[in-house]
Amino acid sequence: MARADAAEKLRGEAQYVGDLVVPRMLHGKVLRSPHAHARIVSIDTSAADAMPGVVTILTAADLMDIDPYYGHAIKDRPILAIDRVRFAGEPVAAVAATDQATAEAAVRAIVVEYEDLPVVATVDAAMAPDAPLVHDGPLRPGDFHGLGTLAEREGNVCYRYTIDRGDIDAVFATADIVVEGDYVFPSAYQYAMETHSVVAQVDGDGIRIWATCQHPFLVRAEIAALFGVPLGRVRVVVPYLGGGFGSKSYTKMEPITVALARKAGRPVRIVNRVDESMVTTRRHNMTARVRTAATSNGRLLARDVQAWFDTGAYADNGPRVTATGGDAAPGPYRWSAVRVDAACVYTNTAPSGSYRAFGASHLQWAGELQVDEVARRAGLDPIEIRRRNLLRRGEQVRPGGKPLDADLVGDVEKVADALGWSRAKDPETGRGVSVGLLAAGAHPVSSAVVRMEADGTANVLVGSTELGQGQRTAFAQIAGEVLAMPAERITCQGTDTQFTPYDRSTGASRSTTLAGLAVQRAADAVRVDLLSIAATIWPGDPEAIDLRDGAAWCGAESRTYPELIAKRFGLSGGQLIGEGGVHPEGTGSYAEGPVFWEVCIGAAEVSVDRETGVVRVTRTATIADVGTAINPQLVERQDEGATMQGIGNALFEELVFSEGLLLNDNLLEYRIPSLADLPAESTCVIVENADGPGPFGAKGCGEGAFAGIIAAIATAVADAGVPVTELPLTPERVWRAIEMQDNQAREEEGTG
Amino acid sequence: MQIALELNGAQTSLDVEPQEFLLDVLRDDLGLTGAKLSCEAQVCGACTVLVDGAPVSACSYLAAETDGRVVTTIEGFRDTPAFEPIAATFTRHAALQCGFCTAGMVLTIHALLEDGDLTDEASIRHGLAGNLCRCTGYRAILDAVGDLVTTRTAP
Repeated sequence: MARADAAEKLRGEAQYVGDLVVPRMLHGKVLRSPHAHARIVSIDTSAADAMPGVVTILTAADLMDIDPYYGHAIKDRPILAIDRVRFAGEPVAAVAATDQATAEAAVRAIVVEYEDLPVVATVDAAMAPDAPLVHDGPLRPGDFHGLGTLAEREGNVCYRYTIDRGDIDAVFATADIVVEGDYVFPSAYQYAMETHSVVAQVDGDGIRIWATCQHPFLVRAEIAALFGVPLGRVRVVVPYLGGGFGSKSYTKMEPITVALARKAGRPVRIVNRVDESMVTTRRHNMTARVRTAATSNGRLLARDVQAWFDTGAYADNGPRVTATGGDAAPGPYRWSAVRVDAACVYTNTAPSGSYRAFGASHLQWAGELQVDEVARRAGLDPIEIRRRNLLRRGEQVRPGGKPLDADLVGDVEKVADALGWSRAKDPETGRGVSVGLLAAGAHPVSSAVVRMEADGTANVLVGSTELGQGQRTAFAQIAGEVLAMPAERITCQGTDTQFTPYDRSTGASRSTTLAGLAVQRAADAVRVDLLSIAATIWPGDPEAIDLRDGAAWCGAESRTYPELIAKRFGLSGGQLIGEGGVHPEGTGSYAEGPVFWEVCIGAAEVSVDRETGVVRVTRTATIADVGTAINPQLVERQDEGATMQGIGNALFEELVFSEGLLLNDNLLEYRIPSLADLPAESTCVIVENADGPGPFGAKGCGEGAFAGIIAAIATAVADAGVPVTELPLTPERVWRAIEMQDNQAREEEGTG
Repeated sequence: MQIALELNGAQTSLDVEPQEFLLDVLRDDLGLTGAKLSCEAQVCGACTVLVDGAPVSACSYLAAETDGRVVTTIEGFRDTPAFEPIAATFTRHAALQCGFCTAGMVLTIHALLEDGDLTDEASIRHGLAGNLCRCTGYRAILDAVGDLVTTRTAP
């Protein structure tokens, strides 16, 4: 089925938050700190206040009637900086004015006096003994991290995730092959093309916001708690989102917009510029020390990983990213011993948050480079070493968690085949494959309502958000399948917490699987209702009645759905309403999960120019192991999008910070892949083993290929003979690695 | 300052500030929100509109420069016959996801087709390199435009 929203978007009719105008709306602009760490000595708004068209100016002083801190994992984030700024870009004040130009001019007229504080610019600086603390005092846990009880922080480490099983030191001491390395993974900007935008309205009825948020119910909860309003009186509306990729997960610009609207007494719209969104969220940069132990014939024995995630000045989703990274660090192999120590560290930089396949994208490439090195030393092909060591379906991935629910060996063989693994290659060509797992599904709570109208058309109400992935289409298809009617007669519209029932989040590849399951159950409730009406028409054996082509059938007789509904209500009107939901079977804790393991498999072929260091990706292949593909075309599109983002991240995307200041906060200096970067060939193989918990055996996709392709490009470049320890693989980095390698070879020759 | 232009087929007079950008005038003054604000650096193409048939980045194009010119936005283009084949091939190939880049992409494709600049894969890759898309990964867009070029050049 074609995307239900295609026409609207092609015609430029689709509404995004930045397109919305509400009556009496003011334009908001944020004043952001130019300093990475400083005390706020004074704020003088007098010149700005006096400007015609300025309606109100918000500072921390206006927030003293509430507890102005939020944060779903750690409640460490003030709506505006209070007494102290912790990152360059942190909001210090906000202006609401009658037009955008006036708001911006007023922001420039606010005079803030700062007193520098020592800047903790890097993880190394943050971990040093006697490092200044980014946050003083005890940290308050947030309500929505799902990670159990958070331990006390240790200095600038706000969260730690560890795994320790087997006798790791003994295994390493006696292993034939030990590979060790230090790896650096850059910060990146998710770059959803639509920046963070919010319209907020605060009045006697409560709080109403239109926001670019992926998780409207979580934002609703945080806003309700901040402003002391019951949940039911906070309304979050999410129209189409211009991309998300995790950059719009959890709470971002909503609290400041609400606070400004509250003070202004009128609705306010704030639209970030790209440079503002780049300091609103970014991907955690990370360093890791990884060791792998194996036997001389390539049996993997143990994996030991230490990783440090730079979460910036506020935790945002840092703890979860760290935990998921810890889970991804070993890789899906049959280890005898695993030790992981992953730390989430505060620094005086812009806060890091979710980005596609977080955790797996961070650590899969490093681990897989080492698996390939083991293979080289053991004389094995990269496919063969994986064939021998990968976990099989049903085996334990981590103790107490969900066993493996995919056929990884089958998948890796398919992806190698799709890439043309065994074709002859020239010396400048490298091929790589990579296998990983991502704990997917987040928290399994979703609900949906299906309403069938008197004309037989139906409406799906579900609280997940349309970021572009096509879930409104998928939900219509799921309902259509259950109700035996064309999906084109089913609409699924935007999210509005007033009407669409609770869905925990849109992310972690969970929507088709979990929200889709809720939709399936809701549609099923309507199905049952239709059959029960039919049973009053044809009493007798209920098994003799079935639904087909928008009607109930009993032998040769039929009644359309409109006829059945008319019979129920005795008039032309009424609705059949079905409800369905998903909730955890156990406690729903992180440790018991995940809902499913998303397969992160990619293969890549690259060509490395040793003279210039330029890496070209010539072919890619990915696996979408989705159980059942509700809409195969949309599944392929996910992998294609993930592949291009993976190429960008592997080869040229990097946020560059210096002393806490972001240097390349624009798209001229932060390079996003264009059509010119598309490889000559890319293939997505859809694998359907009906082994997912979602509707018809489905499980999610969209993120695995991102981690898989980044890792496959890294292993492909290594296969081309270039040592890889740091991403992105810019020409300079690759050239330097080749230079060092050549110099080392020359030295060895000289002394040999 | 007063300017006079043909906007989406209609003669239009506007009062604009000399420093105002075309994108802001379109979106904020005229309610034509099809062109989107994104990078503000002429890199992403989400703000693309046609001025005298050529794609421009409205975020960096002074409104005053449209005086005496013909401006086409997606709101005007979508009701012309040339829109249909582009929309149809994009729909068939699912060459859009979030939709934020789509209007700019569509207008650029139209302009390049009219100028005869799209003839093969290499020319498509080159011609659309100024229209970023973060969602689709470009494969579907390349295929969609490729189909269009093939159809147009078919005997």
